[in-house]
Formats: sequence, structure tokens, C-alpha cells
Amino acid sequence: MYDGRKILLGLVIFLIAVTFPFWFSWVNDKSGFVPEPKLPEGEENCVESAEYMKALHMDLLNQWRNAVVRDGRRVYVSSSGNRYEISLTGTCLGCHSNKAEFCDQCHDYVGANPFCWDCHIDTSASRGEGK
Amino acid sequence: MDESKRGFLKIAGCSVLGVLGAAGMRTATDVGPGGKAVESSTTLNGKKWGMVVDSQRCLEKEGCTACIEACHRIHNVPSIADPKEEVKWVWKEPFEHSFPTQAHQYTKASLNEKPVLVFCNHCENPPCVRVCPTQATWKREEDGIVMMDQHRCIGCRYCMVACPYGSRSFNWQDPRNALQGGINPEYPTRTKGVVEKCNFCAERLAKGQEPACVEACRKSAGAGALLFGDLEDPESEVSKLLSERYSIQRKPGLGTKPQVYYLV
Amino acid sequence: MLEKALRGGRYYWTLIGFLSLAMFVGLLAYLFQMREGLTVTGLSRDVPWGFYIAQFTFLVGVAASAVMVVLPYYLHNHKSFGRLTVLGEFLAIAACGMCMLFVFVDMGQPMRVLNVMLYPTFNSLMFWDFLVLSGYLLLNVVISQVTFGAERKGVPPPRWIKPVIVLSIPWAVSIHTVTAFLYSGLEARAFWMTAILAPRFLASAFASGPSLLIILCLIVRRFTKFDPGKDAIRTLSQIVTYALVINVFFVAVELFTGLYSRIPEHVEHFEYLFFGLEGKHALVPWMWTSQLLTFAALIVLLIPKLRKNEKILLVTCFAVISSIWIEKGLGMVITGFIPSPLGSVTEYWPTPPELLISLGIYAFGALVLTVLYKIATSVREEIELG
Repeated sequence: MYDGRKILLGLVIFLIAVTFPFWFSWVNDKSGFVPEPKLPEGEENCVESAEYMKALHMDLLNQWRNAVVRDGRRVYVSSSGNRYEISLTGTCLGCHSNKAEFCDQCHDYVGANPFCWDCHIDTSASRGEGK
Repeated sequence: MDESKRGFLKIAGCSVLGVLGAAGMRTATDVGPGGKAVESSTTLNGKKWGMVVDSQRCLEKEGCTACIEACHRIHNVPSIADPKEEVKWVWKEPFEHSFPTQAHQYTKASLNEKPVLVFCNHCENPPCVRVCPTQATWKREEDGIVMMDQHRCIGCRYCMVACPYGSRSFNWQDPRNALQGGINPEYPTRTKGVVEKCNFCAERLAKGQEPACVEACRKSAGAGALLFGDLEDPESEVSKLLSERYSIQRKPGLGTKPQVYYLV
Repeated sequence: MLEKALRGGRYYWTLIGFLSLAMFVGLLAYLFQMREGLTVTGLSRDVPWGFYIAQFTFLVGVAASAVMVVLPYYLHNHKSFGRLTVLGEFLAIAACGMCMLFVFVDMGQPMRVLNVMLYPTFNSLMFWDFLVLSGYLLLNVVISQVTFGAERKGVPPPRWIKPVIVLSIPWAVSIHTVTAFLYSGLEARAFWMTAILAPRFLASAFASGPSLLIILCLIVRRFTKFDPGKDAIRTLSQIVTYALVINVFFVAVELFTGLYSRIPEHVEHFEYLFFGLEGKHALVPWMWTSQLLTFAALIVLLIPKLRKNEKILLVTCFAVISSIWIEKGLGMVITGFIPSPLGSVTEYWPTPPELLISLGIYAFGALVLTVLYKIATSVREEIELG
């Protein structure tokens, strides 16, 4: 009882399904897309180095969140000794004033869907700049 | 009015000294690549925050809702018409409902209907904290505020079931739908599916400001019915008032030890 | 063993298809609830828990009742239950699954539900309930897998399984006790503030669970060649009788304490339940129906001649399950909130989305049960026919 044909057909369907994201973006000519988050003009430094922020901003934000909410510590003293108010809307968006052109660029690209903005206010959207 | 202001400044002064004294003991949280999270230097520190409601004074100005409006505006509390889905941090509850054990069959009918200002009691023995399965609500050891972590809440509503004062509200729907009047960008909204309640303005205390309702009440002409302060500090205005005048708590028989007191 | 579930007759596949369809409808309703929020339910600030949590409570009882076949067989060597234990354990597995789903759909933030494990909180009964329920599910999966697997191979089960089975007995009691403690330790809710709540839960569970098992045995006998045995069913019906009598006694004890003392906050809840408060009486007809069914069932069960007639027993078992479902799955939870601690009377009634989601979960449970029973009966047929 060897259902060779059925097995082959199943394998082909499986392979097509698994490689769907690759050929779908290739067919739609999006394979070369690179996100370009727009950095604020006139600002040199973020709260930490650009490499750190690129790789681990989500960790920093989680730690900020816990520091404020759980420990009542609302001031961040960075590794270079600068002091910042811990605030997503106030401090982060204070410089990165356009969420759509900054955060969303990469988040949309990688399909990350952080729920920050379900509660925190996107001031760029209320100013009518965001999407 | 001046007196309460002076009292408040006194609290603030003591707190600053308290911060300086305690600064050595407090450890900062390590955050990020060698950074630290520290307490703001402006923070008002109390050992046990409490509220005193002067019911008589509160009733003087009929229909006054200055405190409710200020609180709900600042904290982005949605105004939902359906009483089943209402969200409220501070509101007025008829006397017979807020103090069911005080009202009796010969209580003046007009008194039974008199509105009493109610909010989270920040109990010393909070049932909500006892039942929460994730510590999304907890009692802050340093100042006794019953806090709420909206990031951690799973929306099981066990805290609402456990609260004997109906002080907690659940977001049955997206609260932003009911915030058409404008959002205060200084404070987050909530998302659907989490529980919220009065936080004694923890975020304002951190900036050295008194709770929004207290401030609004003092500014509203002829009022000063809400007083906030450190109950552990014998010199605070709230401690003095409680030692001098007769006051009651809501449902004291349950042993929750509310930290909101009512002068009668 | 799972391959046994892949071969079946027309009835089997029709049932599977029908249950899958119901699950799909439930899933659609749940997606709607996810999008809109729990506003699509009948719940409110005064009645924050309702149909979902009540079904959870009822089903924890069904899950726990497996102990009523496991205990006589393994501790008292009651031979006629030998063929039944696996059916009891499979029922417990299906019920546990439904319990978990009912809690899950009640969450406002279902994505975060694992926070319960991430931040273990020993003072929260909900944490303990999560723990004992998962443990009980695991115990039943392991026990049924090992003992039934051995039976299939015609060898005695390994010796290490015996202590695990013995452990499952107090564990079964614990799941329903912890579920009762969810309610009975809350100073805000006088209606549940009674030491008899956990014993009452157990008594009603041991009446409704075995009733369900009797019905399932009769169905299995009707549609397969596997017969759980007249003797086993007779013993089960005795268990139902004892449990139902004890449950009625516990309810009477509770009513006495509540009503004789006349403490208003105790009396008001019962008043709402049986007569209505402030003109609101959604539960009144249901509660009286429940009482009626209980007493009718009690009379039948207490007369041995009637109890031994399997047709009458079948109807009686339906009556027992319905009456206890009304008591636990409707009355117990909702009435704890009416009147509210602030004295307002807000009524609650499940909405269509809520009922569809619940239907989906029950269909899921029935599907799990069908597949497991299919395996059990096929294997038994195989053994017995050679």
C-alpha cells in the first residue's frame, strides 16, 4: 500500500506553502525593500549608543516601563551620565517626533506589532502628521 | 484654605528631607547598557498616604464635580454613558450605598440620597491585591498606594469581584472610542480588556504635585473638602484632623482598613 | 492508538463534522469578541463574571467526579468499575480542556494569560486553580495512557502507576475545593462566604458527574459492541443517589444559616435567587425548575425499583445534570453579584456571542470526548473479539 503519488503531491503542496513568503515578495517585487527609519534632524545622540538602541531598544523600554510602574523610578541616568525623564511619549517621541516615519518603518517591515500605542499617546498622530 | 496650603507645603518640605535621608538607602535599578533608573528628586514621599473627605464641606457647593472632572480629564478616563460599562476613578455614590451599614430605617430620606465622594480606598489590607494572579495590582510598600500595572493585567476581573467598594472598572470596550473630547498626552489611556482605578495620582506625586482631585477641590471656590497627606506623620494635616474630629471609614467591619476617611 | 479514531462509520463522522462546525461557529464568535472586547457579553461593572466562569465551575465538578470511578476500583477493588475507569478518566480530560478554555475566553487580555505562570502569586487562588487544574489534566492523561496501553497489550500496568493513581484521588478533590475557595474567601461577597461551599461543590459534582457518565455508558452500549456492564451502571446510580441526597442536605444547611440569622446581606441574595429583587427576577423560573428537577430525581433515585430501570434512570440522570447545571452554571456565580456590594441590583443574562462561544467550547469538549471514547471502545472491541 504505497501511495507514492499522494505523498509526492503532499510534499509539493507543503513546499509551496513553506516558501510562500519568499516567492510572494519576489513576485510582488518587494524582495529588495529596505526600511528607512527617519532620524530626527539636529539631534546627535539618543539616550544610549545607536548600536545599542538598534539592537535592544525593546529591552530598554521594558526596563524603563518596569522602573517607572513597579519601582516608581522615573529618571534615567544613561551610561554616559545624562539624565532623562523616563517617558515614551515625552522623551522618545520628543525627538523621534514622527512615529510613522521612525518606529513603524522597521516594525511594519518585520511584522512586529508592539502594543505600546494601544495606551500610550502617539503625539504625531494627534498633530495630524502620522498615518 | 490657607491652612491646607500650608499643610501641603509642610508635607512637601518634610518629603524633600525624607528623600535626602533615604537617598543613601535606596538602590537604583540597573537599566540598559550601564544606565540606572533613579527616583525623581521632586518626588513627594510619604510613608502612608491617606485621604480625608470633609463630607459637610463637600456638600456645601451643590452639584460640584470639579474633582471628578479634573481626575478624569488628567487620567484620560473615558465617559461611557451605559452604566454597565462605566469607567470611574472618583465619583459620587448616595450615602445609603456608600455607607450601607450606617443608614438605618429612620435615616432622613434626604440624607440617604446625599452624594458621597468615593474612590479607591487604598486599603491597608487590600482584597484586590490578595486575589490578583499576576501581581498586576500590588500595594506599594514605601507609601501604601495600591498600584495597578496595566501592562501586566490579564483582565480576569478577580480584583473587581474581590473589592467590597466597587472601586474598580473594567474596560469592556476600547476606551479611546469614548475619549472624543480630547486626550491628555501626558498620561496614557488604557486598552480594552484591562482593569483600572484611582492611583492616588502616583504620577503627580512623583513630580511633587498633590493629587488632581485635591488640587481641583481647593481651587474650586469655597471648597477644600479633600485633604491628602501622610497618615504616619503626626504633624500632617490629615493626621491632625483625624485625631481632632470624628471620622468614619467605609465598611470597617471587613478589616480591609481603608485609608480614605470621612469627617462627619 | 490514535489511528483508531481515524476509522469510523457514518454516525461517527457525522458527529465529528457536526461538532467541528459548532467549534468553527464558536471560533468566529470569539474572534468577534476579541475585536470588540468583552462588551459583546452581558457582563457589567456590577456583574463582572458570568456564564463563562459559571461553566468553568460546573465543569471542574465534572472533571473531579472521575474520582468516583477511580476510587472504588483502585482503593476498594470494586471489580465492575474496571471497565469504567478509562471512561471516567477520558471524561475528566475533556472536562479539564473545557475548563481551561472557559477561563481563557473570559480574559480581557488573553495574549497575556501566561503572566499567571511568569509571575507566580501564591496568595492568589486563581494561580492555584491554574496549577491544580493543569496538574489534574496531566495526571489523567498519564494514567489513562499507561493503564489503557497496558490493557491493550494484555499486560498488567507498571507498578509505578499505582501511587500516581492514588495521588489523583485527593488531587480530584483539590481541584474542586480550590475552585470553591476562589469564591468563598471574599469579604466583598456574602453569598459565597460560607464554609459549606467547597463540600457543596463536591457533593453536586459527585451527583452530576456520575450522572453524565451513566448517560455516556448507555450511549456507548447502544452504538458500540462494548458494554460497561449493568452492575457498574447500578453502582454509579447509587453514587448519584448518595451525592444528591448529601447535596440537598448541604443546600438546606446553607439556607438555614442564611435565612434564620436574617442578616440582610445574606438574605438578599437568596431573595433575588428565588423571588427576585426590586422587580428583577431573571433567575427565578430557572431556580424553581432546578428545585423541581432535584426533588423529582431524588424520589426516583430513592426507590430502588425505579432506579434499576435503565430507561427511567436515563431520564433521571438528565434531570440531575440539568438541575445542578442551573444551580452551578447559572445561579451560583451570578447571584453572588446581585445585589452588588453597593446595593444596586444589576441583572445579567448571556448574549448570543457569549452563548455561541460557549457552544463552541462544549463542542470542543464533546469532540475530544468522542475521539477518546472511540479509541477506548475500538480497542475494547478488539480485545474482546479476539
